[in-house]
Amino acid sequence: MSAPVAIGVDAGSTTWKAVAVDAEGVVVASLVEPADPRIEEQTARGLLALRAQTGAPAETPVGATGYGRKLVVASRALTEITCHARGAFTRMGRAGVLLDIGGQDTKVIRFGDGGEVQDFAMNDKCAAGTGRFLEVILARLRVSYDEAAGAVARAVKPVTVSSTCTVFAESEVVSLVARGEPLEGILRGLHQALATRVASLAGRVPEGRPLFMSGGVALNRAMVQSLGEALGRRLEVVPSPQLVGALGAAMSVLA
Amino acid sequence: MISRRVQYELAGRVVGPALMALQGAQRSLRGRRPRPDGPFGPPLEAGRKLKELMTVQYLQGRYADGAVPVAWATSGFPVEALRALGFYVHYPENHGALCGARRQVPEIAGVAEKAGYSADLCAYARTDLGSVLSSVTPVGRVPRPDLLACCTNICQTVLYWYRALAEHFKVPLVLIDTPYNYGEPKPHHLAYVKEQLAELVQAAERVGGRRLDSGELVEVLERSRQGTHLWRECLATGTRRPSPWTGFDGFIHMAPIVAMRGTEECNAYYRLLKDELEDRVARGVGGIKNERYRLLWDNLPIWYRIRELSTSFAEAGFNFVCTTYTNAWAETADLIRPEDPGGSGAEAYSLVLLNRDLPNRLRVMKGLAQQFGVQGAVLHSDRSCKPYSIGQLDLKERLAEEAHLKVVLLEADHADPRAFSEEQVKTRVQAFIESFA
Ligand code: SF4
Repeated sequence: MSAPVAIGVDAGSTTWKAVAVDAEGVVVASLVEPADPRIEEQTARGLLALRAQTGAPAETPVGATGYGRKLVVASRALTEITCHARGAFTRMGRAGVLLDIGGQDTKVIRFGDGGEVQDFAMNDKCAAGTGRFLEVILARLRVSYDEAAGAVARAVKPVTVSSTCTVFAESEVVSLVARGEPLEGILRGLHQALATRVASLAGRVPEGRPLFMSGGVALNRAMVQSLGEALGRRLEVVPSPQLVGALGAAMSVLA
Repeated sequence: MISRRVQYELAGRVVGPALMALQGAQRSLRGRRPRPDGPFGPPLEAGRKLKELMTVQYLQGRYADGAVPVAWATSGFPVEALRALGFYVHYPENHGALCGARRQVPEIAGVAEKAGYSADLCAYARTDLGSVLSSVTPVGRVPRPDLLACCTNICQTVLYWYRALAEHFKVPLVLIDTPYNYGEPKPHHLAYVKEQLAELVQAAERVGGRRLDSGELVEVLERSRQGTHLWRECLATGTRRPSPWTGFDGFIHMAPIVAMRGTEECNAYYRLLKDELEDRVARGVGGIKNERYRLLWDNLPIWYRIRELSTSFAEAGFNFVCTTYTNAWAETADLIRPEDPGGSGAEAYSLVLLNRDLPNRLRVMKGLAQQFGVQGAVLHSDRSCKPYSIGQLDLKERLAEEAHLKVVLLEADHADPRAFSEEQVKTRVQAFIESFA
């Protein structure tokens, strides 16, 4: 293992992530934890653990991103948009369009051959179309992401969930269950509803531009598939998708 | 009646200016405030005069009813005949902007919402209706209208809003219905608007109790024409590098062209402002200290966040050198021909930005981008103002593709902070700024 030269922290609304990278931008260690509202404490603890694990000296530069970036003591704080683009570029090595479904934001970022942001769009101030949408409803149904993915694959046909509003969709799903609709079909319908919403945000993605996906939701195979269907395009999931923002943050301080 | 008239004249000519002089004297006694060491250039001297002008305008309004006929008008209303007939004209939208800047909209609009008006209505409408129902206003008192003057060239909301006002005050409503223009204006549309302008004169004469002197109308129109030209010249100073002011200054300084169009005070003010701006250009003084990038702003300002937003952009070296909103009060300058009040009035008031289609919006934006040399654009998607916000996603794409601008969409509301999400706006603004690095 080569010595880490930069650390990136992504203090998101749902999870806290950190990576340590070597001079080539290769991740040598990482941490993912549920977000603690006391961001400063969580970051101090996390950084200590990461340094202990990798032997990185205390003066290793730290790049920060995510909603809590201002609360992280860092050499540089940049938005998730810039960091996701840079992280995805580091991993994929070419220009493209990145879909990132985060806890409270869904972003579509177009970046160029240097990893620079060319354009971006985000969901409006509403949790419809974000990771929270699935999270809330799966929790209500007491189904884990893994179980959901399996269930969606087994579904014979989707049950339409018409509300895109998280609050209304939750009650809609409850009444669908009460009506005896099969759970697999409902789950598939839910994934489709979210995918349609994200696809409308993505708008027209020019042909020939690779389409990438990052964020924790990209770990959910069913979601990746539904999104691909909604967009009519193949999606490439960036490896370790939930670490992409933190990786971009680390790259921003890698001189 | 006589004494009311005396009060009204005194308010305008003596008390208002005296109050302002007193405030000025207090300021100089306290010593001039040291200029904060922010990212902006020195504040515009004209700002003080502007404050005086608007204070006197509202102060006079307090005593207007009973002294002179009073009309409430939409911002895009062909106001010239009303001025020529001696009306005091109150602008609920300007009043709404003031309530917005003072962050009083939730309180005042809340009254209208309790009375049953939907929170989805434009915040200007809710604020005005709430203020009417509660008498809460930051200006002390607003005069009761004798006539309501509504023109649909800005939106359809005003139609229903002014009907509600007519119902409440039990006073006549004159409506100038300006058909929306897809492409070039149709002659029969213009003829239809021209006819309504003639009817407006009759209605206003009845309420005002006197006949319109056509010579006076021509004079007012000439002043409107000049004022609009002067405003356009002020805006044009923004083409210089650095721009001597910011687009956000423009939002503040546009009050007279909106609410005092057709008066000599309005024009005198813009002569003063223009001189100052040109002087700043000559001396190389910028609206912000370090102008690195130039931007275009689309839609109304976010009144309650003007300062914060302009500061975060200015700190990063970004200046809004032009806006479609301030430009909307300048772009019809050449259409006003005082010798043809009806015909040119119909054209000038039909062909405003919000009454024309999206291809025209795109043309205007691309034109401004080129004229002012901007590298990016911020499109404010205004929850209140549907006609201004529709189509912005397409405009964004087209501006990026065809004018090679970096464009960001900010979702907010021009007056109601309850529709403003601090963190999300901050993230978008910061990411937009980072994308220029
Ligand atoms: S909807 Fe728009 S144009 Fe109409 S009154 Fe409101 S802000 Fe003005």
